[in-house]
Amino acid sequence: MVTAERTRERTPLEQRLWELAGAVPDPELPMVTLGDLGILRDLRMFGPGEVRVEITPTYTGCPAVEAMSCDIEDVLHAEGVPEVTVRTVLAPAWTTDDITAEGRRKLAASGIAPPRPQPADGPIPLTLAVRCPHCGSIDTELLSRFSSTACKALRRCVSCREPFDHFKEL
Amino acid sequence: MTATVSGTTGAALVLGDDALVLSHRLAEWAGHAPVLEEEVALANIALDLLGQARVLLSMAGDEDELAYLREERAFRNLQLVEQPNGDFAHTIVRQLLFSTYQRFLYEALAGDRVFGPLAAKAVKEVAYHQDHAEQWTLRLGDGTDESQARMQRGLDALWRYTGEMFRPVDGLESVKWQELEARWSSSVTSVIERATLRVPEGPRTGAWAAGAGREGLHTEPFGRMLAEMQHLHRSHPGASW
Repeated sequence: MVTAERTRERTPLEQRLWELAGAVPDPELPMVTLGDLGILRDLRMFGPGEVRVEITPTYTGCPAVEAMSCDIEDVLHAEGVPEVTVRTVLAPAWTTDDITAEGRRKLAASGIAPPRPQPADGPIPLTLAVRCPHCGSIDTELLSRFSSTACKALRRCVSCREPFDHFKEL
Repeated sequence: MTATVSGTTGAALVLGDDALVLSHRLAEWAGHAPVLEEEVALANIALDLLGQARVLLSMAGDEDELAYLREERAFRNLQLVEQPNGDFAHTIVRQLLFSTYQRFLYEALAGDRVFGPLAAKAVKEVAYHQDHAEQWTLRLGDGTDESQARMQRGLDALWRYTGEMFRPVDGLESVKWQELEARWSSSVTSVIERATLRVPEGPRTGAWAAGAGREGLHTEPFGRMLAEMQHLHRSHPGASW
């Protein structure tokens, strides 16, 4: 039922609100927006003054989801929408392939190696090199599969010796 | 209709309790892990499991009431996940045995009508947990005499809790349990052998165990864990941040 509804094109107002919600920065990675990460799934007007938004978490336990919901509500309230509901959906599961080219560029510019394209047979591709976001060398090594947030791994560049975060493939 | 609902609720408790209890055990490592990277890794894995538990317990009722106000006998988690952390090797063995099981179980549930959305998402997270456990098993098993002895001790101690993982669960009809057990066994055996460790010969279910965690029968350390986990919530009912 909801799926059928989604085939309808967004109205100009919905499009404007979609862009506003998409421009909200990620609470833990403020250099990228929810739109860049591909986390914003749907936005619909239901009658005048009521908007329903769907977002999907990067990781099931991502603690930033509640902050994201509040930020979306704030930005849409500020735009004059009195009633905003943000719902979290799990399916289809988010993947790092949902991150836009612009999102990848911003991550790399901030010293976080962007995720590699997803192989067909699951996450954890160990064969492809990860490029150092500081000096561009592909001679880098894994320090820890888990880093400062659930979505990142910690690596070190063998050439320039700098440690860096890698947005790991999911 | 009623049977379907109770089947789903029961299965959500089974999956949710496994995730919740192991998450709590792993969180106990905070401040105690051997190196900072492992501290962060175990906390990350605990967070993934907590996220899964929240979704699953919410399918069965109020997540906070279920986590903090149930008595020991009402929990449906495996006895394996409630076992105390022991040393780092012991924890890694528990991670290997459980994450391999959870990965294959979620894979089997990825197309399930009820649990599919969560399983299809969580399986990708668990793949990292399994990889983490395998890498450490190889490193410690094929490491020093001391690390190998500790890994073997962990395997021998925890092996008896692996049998109940494959008892069919009401409400998870899309899982082929024998196939799941065969896949688990082959994967775990291969890692154990590559790590130059021995697959234990003992039974996979303790003869002394009158039942299983899935029936609400738990081992003695679980009561103490729950007391600590639930203490704050029970002492201050309805409190919020």
